[in-house]
Amino acid sequence: MDRDVTVALEPAAEASPRPLALTPGEDLLGFVGAYLGRALLLVVTCTSVLVVFLILVFVVLRSVPFLGGYDLTKFLASQDWRPTADDPSFGALTLIVGSIYVSVAALVFAVPVGILAAVFLSEIVSWKVRNVVKPVVEILAAIPSVAYGFFAILVLAPWLQEHFGFTTGTNALNAALILAVMALPTIISVGEDSISALGRELREASYSLGATRLETVVKVVIPAAHSGLIAAVVLGMMRAIGETMVVWMASGNATQIPHPWWDLSQSIRTMTATIAGEMGEAPDIGGVSHRSALFAVGVILLLMTVVLNVISEYFLSRAKKAAGKT
Amino acid sequence: MSSLMTPPSDPPPVETQYLASPPTEDRGKATVPRPGSKMDIMATAQNRKATKPLETVPAGEQAIIRSERFSLYYGAKAGVKNITMDILPHMVTAIIGPSGCGKSTFLRSINRMNDLIPHVRAEGRLAVDGQDVYDKRTNLVNLRQQVGMVFQKPNPFPKSIFDNIAYGPRLQGVRNKGQLQHVVEQSLKAAAIWDEVKDDLKKSALALSGGQQQRLCIARALATRPRVLLMDEPCSALDPIATGRIEDLMEQLKTTYTIVIVTHNMQQAARVSERTAFFYMGELIEYDRTAKIFRNPGKKETEDYVTGRFG
Repeated sequence: MDRDVTVALEPAAEASPRPLALTPGEDLLGFVGAYLGRALLLVVTCTSVLVVFLILVFVVLRSVPFLGGYDLTKFLASQDWRPTADDPSFGALTLIVGSIYVSVAALVFAVPVGILAAVFLSEIVSWKVRNVVKPVVEILAAIPSVAYGFFAILVLAPWLQEHFGFTTGTNALNAALILAVMALPTIISVGEDSISALGRELREASYSLGATRLETVVKVVIPAAHSGLIAAVVLGMMRAIGETMVVWMASGNATQIPHPWWDLSQSIRTMTATIAGEMGEAPDIGGVSHRSALFAVGVILLLMTVVLNVISEYFLSRAKKAAGKT
Repeated sequence: MSSLMTPPSDPPPVETQYLASPPTEDRGKATVPRPGSKMDIMATAQNRKATKPLETVPAGEQAIIRSERFSLYYGAKAGVKNITMDILPHMVTAIIGPSGCGKSTFLRSINRMNDLIPHVRAEGRLAVDGQDVYDKRTNLVNLRQQVGMVFQKPNPFPKSIFDNIAYGPRLQGVRNKGQLQHVVEQSLKAAAIWDEVKDDLKKSALALSGGQQQRLCIARALATRPRVLLMDEPCSALDPIATGRIEDLMEQLKTTYTIVIVTHNMQQAARVSERTAFFYMGELIEYDRTAKIFRNPGKKETEDYVTGRFG
């Protein structure tokens, strides 16, 4: 080491060093600054929490007249949705079933594709390819849903009608396919993250015992990442169940439960599409009315997404723990 | 480079010094060989106070791992360059050297774990049992089952203890429950962890302590019945007590297996190994009996390193 460098770095002993104690003014300023900063950040954070809370309260309050005045069993179990008839009937079963039906159908398409794609991106291709493909996949999530809706009506519907001989192209299958595409980026992205988070050690352990890549993926990687993969699927389901525009445009909006149950070529109608489509024409009168019934449907939708959210949070935290431990 | 050819040739003066102080490496060696085995010849040579040292036995017949001018490149950068060394069976061979000297790279070349890294290219020849492992026709599954590996950080699967050990045998197609139980028990016993876990084989392996996890990983590697055990700094994440247990274990295991260990800890290399190779900047500087490397190294670099002048 050069001697002169050491000399240059010697503490400036003779010159009066900057004082180590705070002056009363600095002390006060620091205290007030820290206090104000905290308060400001608290307010900002609380605003977003408050907004969520207010929306919840608003939806629930507006639905109270209906939930209090209408037969709940009829609301949940009847298939008769005639809100504008002289003798209105608010049986939301077809809507609830429609939402679940189309979401589950979408997952049937999206889960295998999404998880295989996540495995492919994290296990098979090089880091470079992954870094190009993953952002592109995530762009799928940024396309406005009305654009998906256009595609559903103008491209997919005629194609389905032509090739499968369906009476209508706007049906459960159409909506499910589009929803599957919309859920894919979530499933692929979250799934890939959870698989990549596992780290090299586990894979090395497996390979060093003579496992092939397939064996490593099936027996070690997917089981170890299962929490994150479940969370990915639940998040994808949330996306599908809350989606409005696409199902409104693509599902045909018939208030019926498909019969037989597996016949995807029939039109269905979801809760979201019903609320979006009918809210504008439902007059705001008190008591059991079309409008309050729509709010009640909204409450059911909210409950479903909250439950799904809790489930996904649970599995995501488990996935984080698992990734931290290994 | 030819001076690095092994097994090491001991110049006479060194040999005398080596004999003057009974080397630790000879302890227990006489009990190791089975009659008629190649080890037998070697041990006899040693028992005769090594008047004719190891090189009287043709190296090629003995070595289980032969590296001839072997180089491994990551892209354009060489991980190891021109390594020529023979690793002998039923011994512990230690590889020492400063960080980034290529010792782990070399170790991981033996069972081709470097394949996981893109753009890896090998030159020269690295043979296990006469089969060049970088040959296109090498059966990687069989290679890795015969050359087991223990890693720096214990890496048990997030499965039960039983399933961890049974992983390798199951890959080999063992489905019979009784057979699996037998293998699991034998492996855990061989890794000296059976008594600690025998009552809760169903428990998650992640619930074990670090030292136990590492012995579990050794047991897991043993369950595929390997001939060689590669250990990549197996004790660097462990406390001294757990380290001592792993070292004791290596002492037992070398009667059955060939062990190659990479270590940062020179005392450990001196304690557990019979042969020591010193790597520096991707090259093999010196490879000799452990006692010679630590007491009377032939090269300046080696001496500087083992005496703690650098690294």
